[in-house]
Amino acid sequence: MSEALVVEGLHKSFGDLEVLRGIDLAVAEHEVVCLIGASGSGKSTLLRCVNLLEPIDAGRIVVEGDEITSRGVDVNRIRRRIGIVFQAYNLFPHMSVLDNVTLAPTLVLRKPRGEARQDATELLARFGLADKRDDYPDRLSGGQQQRVAIVRALAMRPDLMLLDEVTSALDPELIAEVLNVIRELAAGGMTMLIATHEMSFARDIADQVCFLDGGLILEQGPPEEILSAPKEPRTQQFLQRIIEAGRL
Amino acid sequence: MSGGEGRRGVAIALASTVVFFTVLAIAITHAPGWPEVRRTFFDWGQFKDSMPEIADAFLLNVKMFCIAEGFILVFALVLAVIRSLPGPVFFPMRVLGIAYADFFRGVPTILVIALLGFGAPALQLEGVPLSTTFWGIVSLVLVYTAYVSEVYRAGIESVHPSQDAAARSLGLTHLQSLRKVVLPQAVRRVIPPLLNDFIGLQKDTALVGFLGAIEAFKASQIDAAATFNYTPFLCAAVLFVALTIPLARFTDWLVARDRRRRQAAGVR
Repeated sequence: MSEALVVEGLHKSFGDLEVLRGIDLAVAEHEVVCLIGASGSGKSTLLRCVNLLEPIDAGRIVVEGDEITSRGVDVNRIRRRIGIVFQAYNLFPHMSVLDNVTLAPTLVLRKPRGEARQDATELLARFGLADKRDDYPDRLSGGQQQRVAIVRALAMRPDLMLLDEVTSALDPELIAEVLNVIRELAAGGMTMLIATHEMSFARDIADQVCFLDGGLILEQGPPEEILSAPKEPRTQQFLQRIIEAGRL
Repeated sequence: MSGGEGRRGVAIALASTVVFFTVLAIAITHAPGWPEVRRTFFDWGQFKDSMPEIADAFLLNVKMFCIAEGFILVFALVLAVIRSLPGPVFFPMRVLGIAYADFFRGVPTILVIALLGFGAPALQLEGVPLSTTFWGIVSLVLVYTAYVSEVYRAGIESVHPSQDAAARSLGLTHLQSLRKVVLPQAVRRVIPPLLNDFIGLQKDTALVGFLGAIEAFKASQIDAAATFNYTPFLCAAVLFVALTIPLARFTDWLVARDRRRRQAAGVR
């Protein structure tokens, strides 16, 4: 299996605070990797670095064989290939659902308008959003908004999807509809790197689980190993707290 | 609120307004100097005589305002965008932008008008217009571009960075993100303060009269000097207010329409 994403020795600081302290990670094509760990462990920052939304201090990131962190790369070209979905959806409130989805394909990929609209309509229909096409985001529930955000990223036909705690802002009854969308993507072979607090979801969907702690990947392996029989005391402690909170 | 309560509220508001203004009117008209003030400021005959001439001069104010406003809207946006450009490469442009805004917000408008209006034609350069109206408009554009760019900039900064992050993550360039995602949201938010500056601009067109252009204020000054009566100034005031009120209501309507659109499902 070839590697869709390789991260080597990634360091990132915000001022004096070192958030990532040497991350090494490989995601194979069609693989789903879940990042777990406490808030502040560096999950979101890692995802933002992979999408070059944050400049990195040291290390390399390689996507499909191309080093995206080398000098002089066109970040806009890189980002077309990597979709990211945020915790807070970040839909464009002044545009209809359809315009949210077609904006980047028409502007960045220069797809003809009609084609982009048709693609978007099909994608929206696939995720049960056909009737929301002309609505503005404020009119949608959180779950619907997050599904639109996923569709918006998918419309760019990315090689790799990054999901940053996409269910954390949702009411419990809306989480399932978003997780089902992600399951469908995984079933379709989408390569994904997912930061999540949903442990049972990670167990279902992940090929690998990485436990982040203090800016390092402390433990990594198949979900049954990490989530059921972790070796590191820090991982055990974290999972214990999750179990106490009734989330596993 | 029920309909009955609503009607009662309106009735109370109406009654208190009538009482307030009646008391105020009585107080003013019973002042010792009232007859004299009334003769020099509120002479109906004089008002009717002066109005056509001043209204004619007021057209110059409207013209200066309209021309200046068009340029200001564009230049101020450019200035605001320049100041928002990221990265060290654009540092000199950002510094120039800041210096411009600081300078023209700091210097009194009347001084800019005087310097340009008297100074520029005095150079006697080939092709430099001599018209006082022209230099008046240039001065207003220079000064108000500085103010309005600050309004735009506040709007740009009020759009949450996550919006730009979302746009950039989809592969949009900084300028594409600015044009399609940030500015449309920013401009909607700053329409009321923009109007505020435009009302200021409307009024400041009167300052161009200082250069000798016969606009509404200058015309009423001439009239007042000829008749020893100040009622012409009242004419000018009425005209300025009459221009401002429709503009204010228009802006309210724009803001309300935008809100309705975003909240209505599927309506465009």
